[in-house]
Formats: sequence, C-alpha cells, structure tokens
Amino acid sequence: MPKSYRDGLPISPDKFVDQLMRLKRGSISRRDFLGLTGLGVATAVMARELGIMPTPAFAAESLGDRMSIATWPNYHDPQTFENFKADTGVAVEVNVFGSNEEMLAKLQAGGSGWSLFVPTNYTISTYKKLGIIEALDMAKLGNFDGKSEDARFTAEGTIDGTTYAVPKNWGTTGFAVNTKKLAKPMSSWKEFWDTAMAEGDGRTMVHDYQLTTIGNALKYYGYSFNSLKQDELAKAEELLLKVKPHLFAVSSDYQPGMRAGDAWMTMCWTNDGAQLHRDIPEIAYVLGKEGGEIWTDFYAIPKDAPNKPAGYALLNYLMNPKVAVKEHLANGAPSTDARVNALLPKEVLDNPILYPAADLLKPLEFGAAATLTDPGRAELMARFKSA
Amino acid sequence: MSETGDKPDQDNATGGRKSAGSQPAFPMRGSLFRKNLMTALLLAPAALWLVVFLVLPFVAIAIFSVGERAPEGGYQAALTFAQYANLPARATAFWNTMLLAPVGALACLLVAYPVAYYLALRAPQRWRLILLALIVIPFWTSLLMRTYAWMYILGGRGIPALLAYVGIEDLRLINTPGAVLLGIVYGYLPLMILPIYVSLERLDRRLLEASADLGATPLSTFLGVTLRLSLPGVMTGFSLVMILLLGEYLIPTLLGGGKVFFIGNALVDLFLQSRNWPFGSAIAITLVLVSVVVLIVANRISTRLSGARRVDLI
Repeated sequence: MPKSYRDGLPISPDKFVDQLMRLKRGSISRRDFLGLTGLGVATAVMARELGIMPTPAFAAESLGDRMSIATWPNYHDPQTFENFKADTGVAVEVNVFGSNEEMLAKLQAGGSGWSLFVPTNYTISTYKKLGIIEALDMAKLGNFDGKSEDARFTAEGTIDGTTYAVPKNWGTTGFAVNTKKLAKPMSSWKEFWDTAMAEGDGRTMVHDYQLTTIGNALKYYGYSFNSLKQDELAKAEELLLKVKPHLFAVSSDYQPGMRAGDAWMTMCWTNDGAQLHRDIPEIAYVLGKEGGEIWTDFYAIPKDAPNKPAGYALLNYLMNPKVAVKEHLANGAPSTDARVNALLPKEVLDNPILYPAADLLKPLEFGAAATLTDPGRAELMARFKSA
Repeated sequence: MSETGDKPDQDNATGGRKSAGSQPAFPMRGSLFRKNLMTALLLAPAALWLVVFLVLPFVAIAIFSVGERAPEGGYQAALTFAQYANLPARATAFWNTMLLAPVGALACLLVAYPVAYYLALRAPQRWRLILLALIVIPFWTSLLMRTYAWMYILGGRGIPALLAYVGIEDLRLINTPGAVLLGIVYGYLPLMILPIYVSLERLDRRLLEASADLGATPLSTFLGVTLRLSLPGVMTGFSLVMILLLGEYLIPTLLGGGKVFFIGNALVDLFLQSRNWPFGSAIAITLVLVSVVVLIVANRISTRLSGARRVDLI
C-alpha cells in the first residue's frame, strides 16, 4: 500500500476543522475536542518537554511532518532533532553549509526550502535589506528570554526595534595547532603566517572564506580585521600570495585533515577548536593577540519558509535552556544565554577555548556586513585561490 | 576490400555522411500534411525537453551575463559587456582548466584502452558481462561519495599510515596534483572504457587475420588496424571526458585541497561566495562556447583519421 504523509497524522485537516467548528458551536466540550483531535496528547507531550504550555497560536497550527534547516558542519547534537521529531512528529532535514555567502546565494535565488537557518551576525542586516527574512513573531517564541541574553552578542539580531534573529551561540576565530608536530608555542597571527611558511610548510590550512582568511592576513600587519582600505588589502594580498605555495589546503572543512594528522595547523572557529581539543588533547586552540574575529550565530526564519509553523516550533524548542545546554555540550561553542550558562558544567565554563580570558577577547572585532559583501575582497580571494 | 560493404553499421558510429541519404522512406499514409504533423508530434517531446532544460537556462544565463552585480550581490538588469571584458581576471583558472582537461582525459585514455581491449578482444565470453558490470556498478554511487572515500584512502590514516609501518614517515599524498589526477582517472574511467569497448567489440576479427597473413607484425596490426578502427570510440570517450572535465570542480576541491583553481571552482565561487552572478554567467557562456569548439574539433579529427577514406570512396 502506498504510504501517504497523512498516515502519520493523528487526524486529517478536514476532520480537525470539523471538530473545531463543533467546539466553537459548543456541541462538544473542550476536553472532548482535545481528545478527538489528538491535541490533548500533543499538548501534554509539549508541555512536558518544553517545560511550558505552548501558546494557543502554536497549538492550533499544523506543523506538518517535515522541515529543513540550513546550518554549519558539526554544529548540533543530532539527538536534538531526534527528540524534536519524537515530540512533534516533524522530521528535520539538516543542510550543511560552508559559508554565509553560500546561504545568502541560496536564499537570494529563492526556493531554498528552509524553515530555519543559522546566519552569522554580519549577514542579518543584508538579509533584512533584501527583505528575505521574517520579522520574528516573539509570541511564538515563549522559551526565548531577551533579559537573560548577553546584549554584546545579540544586538545585531534586532534592527530598528524589530527582532529578525535570536542568538544560537557566540564564538571566536583563532587557529588550532597540533602541538606534537609544531612544538613552538604560538600566540599571534604573525606567528601563524610565519610558521606556515617554515615549520608548518605543506601542513597549514586557511579558510575558504574571504572574511576570515583576508581578515587574519590583515592582522599580520595589525590592520583592522574589517579593513577595506586599498593599501592595507594590497599588503594582505602580498602575504597571502607568498604563503599560498606552502599551504596544505584552502578549505573550511579542516577537521578531517587535522584529525588524520595531514594538517598540523589551521584557522579555526571556537566550536571546532573545542571539538578537536576534546578528542585529540595535543591540538591546542590559539587566539591571536593582535585580535581577530568574534562572532555570534543566530537563528532566523526565511520569508519564503515552506513550513513556518515548524520553523517557529523548532526555534522555540531550541531556545529551551534544557535543550540548548545539550547543543552547547555537543558543538562546543559558548552560549549567549545566562540560563544556559547556569546549567553548563563548571569544566565547560572554565574551558579557555570556549570562554577566553578578557584581555584576549578585548581586541577582537565583530565582522561587518560591508566586509562580507565587498567585491574588492571577493576578487582578492579569487586571485589568492587561483595563484 | 570494400569496407563500406562489409560494415555498413560503422556509419552510425562515425556519423558517416552516407547513411543520411539511405533513410528508409516514411510509409505514406494520407496527405503530406498528415505526415509532417506526425513527425512534428513525434519530435515534440524531445524538442520540449531541449527547450526547457537547455535553451531556456542558456537564455537566462546569457541575459545575466550582460547584467551587473547588485550591491548586495546577485543580479541587476543592465546591458553591458563589462563582464566579458573582465574575463582575463580568471585567466589562470581558464589556463589551469585547459591543461587539466586534456591531460586528465589522456591519463584516462591510457588506463582505459588496455582495459577495453582486454574486455572486447581477450576476455572469455562468459566473463565479459560480469566484468562490464563491475566497471559500471561503481557509477551507481555518487561521485562525491567515491571522491570522499579517496580522501580517506590518501589521507593520513590511509596509505601513509600503512607506509609508516615500513618506516616511511610523514608522507603526504592528499592535496597533491597526483591525487587530483588519480581522482579524475578513477572518476571518469567508465566513460572512457565503454565507448572504446563498443568500437573494439565491433571490430571484424578477419581484418586482424588478413593483416597477419599479409605479413604485418602484431604491433603494426595493432597500430594500423585495431587502433585505427577503434578511433571513433577513442574520440567519443576523449571528448566526453574532456568536456566533463572542463566543468570539474569537485575533485580539485576535495583531493587537491582547493589550492588549484579551475574554471568550475571559479564558477562555484562567483555564484555561491562573492555572488557576482553576471560575471559567473559570462564565464559559463564562455565555457559552453569552448566546449562546443572542443566537440567540433574532436569530431573533425575523428572523421579525418578513421572515416576519410570511406568518404573519398563515395
């Protein structure tokens, strides 16, 4: 017998509306209505799992049976989506991306099919300008608590008082070193680039991402990570072209190379650094003392999301501190939410990879929207890659 | 020896001009109009397919290519040839591709020919089908998966780890030009083997006997008869692999570490990273034109080498 998507549903949409009309007319009681439509069970499950009663709007909407999310590699606890499916019946398809531009390109082209995605701070204003993300209906996000968020990380999600994105986690961009292969202690971007051309020859990876690769090359000279100045970029290009023949790879997928021991040093985001260090203790995570990048990843909903109710439901689910804490333990990135920090074990909060010392954080810069969309930097990256 | 008389079916393989005139007449039923209508109806599905999946996308790309990059990336309408004037900015990528495509196809050919030769002329009949299946079956798995498998085989925990047991330390295989070439040969081998196999399989064995009877050495028989008659297959395989390689980006990215930049990589970056769609479109159009030229040249060479004599006879 052919399987229909309706098979898994407790009640058909037509019947649901029938029953709802009966309830409105008063011909059945509220309890009968909940029982007949299956909402009673659903509500009970949700209330238990989410720790709150769902908002009425949430309960009345059909969530469908599938949705898709666009996110980053190694970024979630797979169990989170399994649990969400068990609670709501909505299967989550996970699409993994390598860069914000790629996500932006897919959304610009339309029909991405995502009901939730994970943009980084500096892209949100561009999404808003292009009119491709939803102004979030905060009433549907009962689990989000703005007061418990660290404003330093969350500010870019709100534009002119309207919230377009809520934070997932923050992090930094440093570099990971296999200290067994490269024993010399390092603490700066200058050392990173110099080592790449010496002891780390043929074993160093940089991101396939202009924002960080050019930004961290600018740091060699102490320029701003976001610089758009011609002369500063020219210096960065000179360095990049000099380093290019010594590189192992230009790729943002650096975990396999580092784990296999093919690469000894790589540009690295906090969460990957924490994961690599957790599994292979000799891999250290270093923040350049000249500075570099600090970032926040957000959750946002595309305007053309095919299943907005499920997008909101999953987002609200992920905002539950009890769920979020598991995400942080799995992906290793620090949380923006005081409620989540309160639930994290002490050794996580004391981990300097996740929560670096204040003097290391101070010189870090948030990436700017103009840095990402600058055509000059894009062409510089193309010249670097084709050199 | 009348080659045309012996092997009429070869005309199809080489696109020989003779067959065009000898089409069986369409059975006349009703008026000429009805016949034409019938032909049109029969052609309609194929034509529709071509329009929807080839012509329309091509037109869209052509329109994009004379546009401008919008400030936030993407496309905004314009009529300018600035994108085409900017093509030299990707000269390295074009050059790398023009080098990779023929070298990769040649490497493929050198591996594929002996395999096809064995399959068609030497392998026992009862094994032939199984061996062919073994060549085709890996093709059912996505190229991405198979290339990832090579990443692990060539990576530090693969062959280098085994070599470390015999004392060869810190050898790096992955992200080298050799790894890219290996990936290309591996990925495209079936596309090269099959056309060569087909042309060799149809080879009239009596020609080989005749050549030997007339005193030719095995080598000159191979060069003068076998290789020559299989050239249409070789050229088909070669142009097939070469055209696919012109657009290749996955293997250089995964096995070359993204350090070598091909035109395919330039396209991916322009559409997905810097979102300069008009420039990407201009490059795509140029790439299509280059592919067409490659096809025409390959076809010419193939006709000249193998079919010239027959054409002269007519």
